[in-house]
Amino acid sequence: MKAPIGAPAAAPWTPDQPIVSIRSVRKSFGALEVLKDVSFDVRKGEVVCIIGPSGSGKSTLIRCINALVPIDQGSILVENQEVNDPALDKLMLRRKVGMVFQQYNLFPHKTALQNVMMAPIQVLKQNKAEVEERARSLLAKVRLTGKENSYPGELSGGQQQRVAIARSLAMRPDIMLFDEVTAALDPETVKEVLVTIRELAEEGMTCILVTHEMKFAREIADHIYFTDRGVIVEHGPPEEFFANAKDERTRAFLGQIL
Amino acid sequence: MTPERDPPFRPMAVLLPLRPREPEPLPRVTTRHGLLFVTAVLLIATVAHAQAPDAPAAAPAAEALTQAPATALTVIIKWLPLLMKGFLFNILISVLAMALGTVAGLMLGLAQISQHRWLRQFAWVTTQFFRNAPWLVLLFFAMFMIPYQFTVFGYVIPFPDWVKAIIGFGLPVMANVAELLRGAIRSIPNGQWEAAESLAFSRNKTLWLIILPQCVKRMLPPWMNLYSLITMATVMANLVGVSEMLTLTAEVHAAEGGRPELLAPLYGFAMLCFFIYCWPIDRATQYLERRFHVKT
Repeated sequence: MKAPIGAPAAAPWTPDQPIVSIRSVRKSFGALEVLKDVSFDVRKGEVVCIIGPSGSGKSTLIRCINALVPIDQGSILVENQEVNDPALDKLMLRRKVGMVFQQYNLFPHKTALQNVMMAPIQVLKQNKAEVEERARSLLAKVRLTGKENSYPGELSGGQQQRVAIARSLAMRPDIMLFDEVTAALDPETVKEVLVTIRELAEEGMTCILVTHEMKFAREIADHIYFTDRGVIVEHGPPEEFFANAKDERTRAFLGQIL
Repeated sequence: MTPERDPPFRPMAVLLPLRPREPEPLPRVTTRHGLLFVTAVLLIATVAHAQAPDAPAAAPAAEALTQAPATALTVIIKWLPLLMKGFLFNILISVLAMALGTVAGLMLGLAQISQHRWLRQFAWVTTQFFRNAPWLVLLFFAMFMIPYQFTVFGYVIPFPDWVKAIIGFGLPVMANVAELLRGAIRSIPNGQWEAAESLAFSRNKTLWLIILPQCVKRMLPPWMNLYSLITMATVMANLVGVSEMLTLTAEVHAAEGGRPELLAPLYGFAMLCFFIYCWPIDRATQYLERRFHVKT
């Protein structure tokens, strides 16, 4: 039997605590320090957007949350379990944290339905018929009914990205990470993906998004973090953040984007 | 805005005769070319056959032969069953060497991406060693290093020459397949690993369920090409005394009195057999390469 995630000493998580708690995280790739003392909390059901110029460490930051990238210093707690703990069962952590990528990364040798079904069957060992039923309803939810048997190569970027979202949801995660999920899409398909994410957020899913869609971030986010060169420069609720950014760098960035 | 272009290449006058020619698109080889080649060989053989009756007339009549020497075509037809048996033996050696080498090569290729450092290094050294050794040397190596029989618990397991030849050809196949697999795995985008990891797949599950199935398609054309090469290389077994087609061709030639005018037709026939066998494999390889290239 597999041990529950993290150190046994960790107190059980209760919904009044932050679901993700990031404290003084540092990460370097060689001589390049990409995260310099980053801290923030995410509460259950909250939608958090991380924005900032390219190379500011946004993608690295969310990859740290599901331990795709190990951190050098600091602490990341996911439901009170220390992600940075070497004894942590990373696979147990990743069952709770779903992730969607910029390049979709669907498995090209499997159909849309098989892509969605694969992890619950192979990893969670769930009943195949049950998983298939759930996978079909997930594909319906992302408006892909009729595309179940299409291979990723036969789908548009937006459709592939929605399959990827359904694939992550099939694991019934508590938290969803979105890494610039619309950056590789044609402008006309961006919307269909954003609509899907908004529905998820409205259902109360905890979402952490790295995005360049400022308009979308403004509408959907409960809290916005602006990062530059590895530090959080400024943060706040969207109305406040966009209306009166205090820091010079934030204003310069927003001036370029908007 | 017009794109900037490099200034056209102007060679010095002294270099003019050496001016590089404009690259022409390579002609695409089609099935027609292969058929043309076979037809040409057959035509030449027929002409040789037609001219053959003149040959004995030119030969000194002093030869104490009661009947005129057989023509090339009749010689080939006469020995056809034996020659074909030899050719089938070549194919048998190639198929078994390929099977053995592929199984060993896949294991070696997987060992190269193992998480155990020593296993990875051992696999790497083994692959490099056998990939960079001449095939003929490996064949001799197998022939003379492996005993002709093994005694295991009182049972005597014979190891005839042709079995050793299979091992000898299997070694380079192994190293090349290992390298093909390693290359195929490395060509899978990193995002596939990341996506699988984020879905809580273990490393082994990722490898077997997600990465390796995608490698099959990428490996198939070069693997078929390797098979074609190894089939043609099996005639080297002639040098270590295996009774394959080339050995038998030489024996037939000797049995027919070693007449020089039989050399070209007999060896031409051997060549034709290999061509007819390998050409379709080559065509299929090219077809798959084109098809997979378009898709991925």
